[in-house]
Amino acid sequence: MDEVLDSGRALALYRTMARIRAFEDAAEEASKGGVAAFGASLSAAMVRGPLHLSTGQEAVAAGVCAHLRKSDLLTSTHRGHGHTIAKGAALERMMCELFGRASGTNGGKGGSMHIADFSVGMLGANGVVAAGIPIAVGAAHALRARGGSDVVTCFFGDGAINRGPFLEGLNWAAVHALPILFVCEDNRWAATTAAESITAGAGALARSIAIGVPGTQVDGNDVFAVWQATAKLLVDVRSGAGPRLLHAITYRVKGHVSVDVAAYRDVAKHDKALERDPLVLAAQRIGAPEQLQAIGREARGEVAAALAAAHAAPWPEPRAAYTDVQDTGAGRWRG
Amino acid sequence: MNYAQAACAALEDAMRRDARVVVVGEDVGRGGIFGQYRGLQQAFGAARVIDTPISEATILGAAVGMALAGLQPVVEMRVVDFALCAIDELVNQAAKARYMFGGQGRVAMLARLPNGLWSGSAAQHSQSLEAWFAHVPGLVVVAPATPQDNYGLLAASLACGDPVVYLEHKELWGLEGEVEPAQPARLGEAEIARPGRDVSVVTWSRTRHAALEAAEIAAARGVSLEVIDLRTIWPWDRDAVLTSAARTGRVLVAHEAVQVAGFGAEIAATLAEHTDVRVRRLGAPRIPVGYATPLEDESRVTPQAIAAAALDLARHPRR
Repeated sequence: MDEVLDSGRALALYRTMARIRAFEDAAEEASKGGVAAFGASLSAAMVRGPLHLSTGQEAVAAGVCAHLRKSDLLTSTHRGHGHTIAKGAALERMMCELFGRASGTNGGKGGSMHIADFSVGMLGANGVVAAGIPIAVGAAHALRARGGSDVVTCFFGDGAINRGPFLEGLNWAAVHALPILFVCEDNRWAATTAAESITAGAGALARSIAIGVPGTQVDGNDVFAVWQATAKLLVDVRSGAGPRLLHAITYRVKGHVSVDVAAYRDVAKHDKALERDPLVLAAQRIGAPEQLQAIGREARGEVAAALAAAHAAPWPEPRAAYTDVQDTGAGRWRG
Repeated sequence: MNYAQAACAALEDAMRRDARVVVVGEDVGRGGIFGQYRGLQQAFGAARVIDTPISEATILGAAVGMALAGLQPVVEMRVVDFALCAIDELVNQAAKARYMFGGQGRVAMLARLPNGLWSGSAAQHSQSLEAWFAHVPGLVVVAPATPQDNYGLLAASLACGDPVVYLEHKELWGLEGEVEPAQPARLGEAEIARPGRDVSVVTWSRTRHAALEAAEIAAARGVSLEVIDLRTIWPWDRDAVLTSAARTGRVLVAHEAVQVAGFGAEIAATLAEHTDVRVRRLGAPRIPVGYATPLEDESRVTPQAIAAAALDLARHPRR
């Protein structure tokens, strides 16, 4: 039953991670000066507002989503670029969305925090912590009604396990034996607070098991470990055995948002964590440095093209602000 | 047929026509605590009439996920007061998803949030929150007052494709009335429940019935009230209200909700902007609903109070 992690698959995992890294690096650069609350000016930024980067967490998105079909559904978090890329969204349309352009995945209406690509089953990032969990529960009911073995993958962070929807959603999914793979992407930081300082007990997996959702903890910076653990869990979920949880321990390399320098972190611990870069770890395992360098160059080239396209893309027309609100009462904008 | 049965019948018809329609919430398999889902699980099975834990946030959030993935959920929230446990899911998710995802998905959802003062049930089971929802772009807000409207408006709400906050009244479930399934109901269309000359009373939900009683009291004093039941709070029937106001020159807006920042304020403001008619509001005082009868009564908008306000308004000459 187990799929084999051959060299082709290993390179594909590396390629997904390289594409995410290149995208996040470019988005970060384009967001310089983009969040007024951190004392910077908005004027210089092409990517405005809060930009939550998944830099350093690429192995979770890549290792999990490598097992997903296009017809599987996915809900994500405010830190969702990696999941969206790994599920198959086009980088150019994503970058256009971050730039707020009409050709973005959401027509410029959502930006980074609400990025979505329904055409690849990606039902949206979310600006509210844990909000994707109930949505995943409902999407799983819809998949069950449709029949077949498609699943919902529901990403959330360590902060989400301290919100009510985590308990509600996991309990409900277990009671109804829904086809959901919950993935706690535990990056050790809940906004600007260390997760361990505000989380009682042993964390996501222990809570999940207590609720009745079995799972696995995995080194979330080891893409091959994530890939293997996900493969096993998805066999159960696809076979109708009910929900499972993957608790992936990773590390948030950047601040909470792109312009947060995260001065609240211990420098020595931070430097130590950076030594476990998931791309470096994977490269050491794969070997073939020239091949990997080529993959990196290719990814950066693809992102450069996406950036150029986003720069050139038109803004949405102001009148687009009034579409997709609601049909009933459309036009009654001021009473 | 009573008000609860009418809604149940409309839902059953919709479920028969469209396999995408599902029900999700607490106690729905047993027919709902007011009988408003009676027989549906027996008819359609537990996969379409889905019993859930007491998890309001996930009930509403799951409905959003169901809708985005192709189902058409009917949400049971027991009472509007409990929907406050699901306000993120309603306001940040259901109302916004279509817009912020650039039209990639829609939330065709009907959320039943029974509204209004529930006798003897005190502060956390007796609120009227329609103005909150009317304030949120993306939501449709409906408040049926009769069995006929609960049949017709429920069907229309299911058909509209938008997220609908459907505010049945907590104390109208047993109200009997004729129901003609073939009679169409359109969202955003008010009904003149009683025509009159002197004062227009704009109202909705249970206060329609109080206003009709008030009209009898006023008639005995020689004053003719026109009672307009909005039926849909958003989008409300501005034309019907403006037309009636032009005829009577005096408008009283009466509702069970707290008067301060109630939806009556929106109607009064619209009248002030577009007409020179005399306007008055009558809602509950800005106090929580008390348990003891004398306290609870302070929050009631009674036929006598409506009649008194209307008669007072009628003493003023038309402008």
